[in-house]
Amino acid sequence: MSVKTDEVSPAVKHSYLAEVFISLKPVVNDPEGLSIRDGLRSLGYAEVESVRAGKYLRVTLSAASMADAEAAVARMCDQLLANPVMEIYRIQLTALADH
Amino acid sequence: MRFGVVIFPGSNGDHDALSSIERGLGEEVVPVWHKERSVDHCDALLIPGGFSYGDYLRAGAIARFSPIMDAVAEFAEQGGPVLGICNGFQTLTEARLLRGALLRNGSLHFVCAWVYVRVETDRTPFTAELDPGAVLRLPIAHGQGRYFVTPEQYAELEANDQIVFRYSDAHGEVHDDHNPNASIGHVAGVSNRRGNVVGLMPHPERAYEMGIGGDDGLRILGAVSRAAMRAVRV
Repeated sequence: MSVKTDEVSPAVKHSYLAEVFISLKPVVNDPEGLSIRDGLRSLGYAEVESVRAGKYLRVTLSAASMADAEAAVARMCDQLLANPVMEIYRIQLTALADH
Repeated sequence: MRFGVVIFPGSNGDHDALSSIERGLGEEVVPVWHKERSVDHCDALLIPGGFSYGDYLRAGAIARFSPIMDAVAEFAEQGGPVLGICNGFQTLTEARLLRGALLRNGSLHFVCAWVYVRVETDRTPFTAELDPGAVLRLPIAHGQGRYFVTPEQYAELEANDQIVFRYSDAHGEVHDDHNPNASIGHVAGVSNRRGNVVGLMPHPERAYEMGIGGDDGLRILGAVSRAAMRAVRV
């Protein structure tokens, strides 16, 4: 008697942490960054050359692989998290210990 | 003629918009909740100001994905007149119905003031009854109104007559002292290529009778009303 083996087992998923760094494109004037820079200089940090302000998001998600996770987060960035008209983003992924 | 005012959680200009149409223009107007999926019963749409979804992430970024926005995009595609005011303008840029983006004001301050804007084109249904060069006095109230496009896109907007309003002084002269948010080219409002979708940072719906400080807003809203009537008849 044979056991049916044609059922596909679901792909094993892992947890990932995606850290998303969003900032204004270099061409976009950033008055917030400029004013932080001036604040630092007025505290005596004359060595400060420039400051760019931005956003930092932590997204945890499950995916079959790190590459899949990165691709998914890139899609999220393109669709919602960043506005390509004015912003750029960088994604940094870390595998989380499985439960 | 029936206006629809699209309301998101966090909209706060919705009642101004409803009042301006009902009391200022004397036209019919209905609220359209963001969870609705049709605007077929409307002849013109206003996307009002406020802080939809708390302005989280970016102003207008989350409102853009509300169920009603597909219907708004389709309405715009069919040539229906759509006016995005302040947060509504931000939402229309996020939805890519209008070019560009609205960034934090150059001063970093929230600016609440009456300003002058110069009408740049009569090509849109909202400015069809105004002469280019006409000056309107309207209130602004925003923290993120600095219009941004790349210099190439700006040139394209100019070439296509898509810049609808510029901040100016009372005489229609444009200079940096009268650019409340440091927008590129002093832009206060733009349209899509076709001209039926317009976004602006000033609030025409808060200027519909002298008792509240001015009534120049009716010259924009009234033009829409009459232009839409003509379009319906064609």
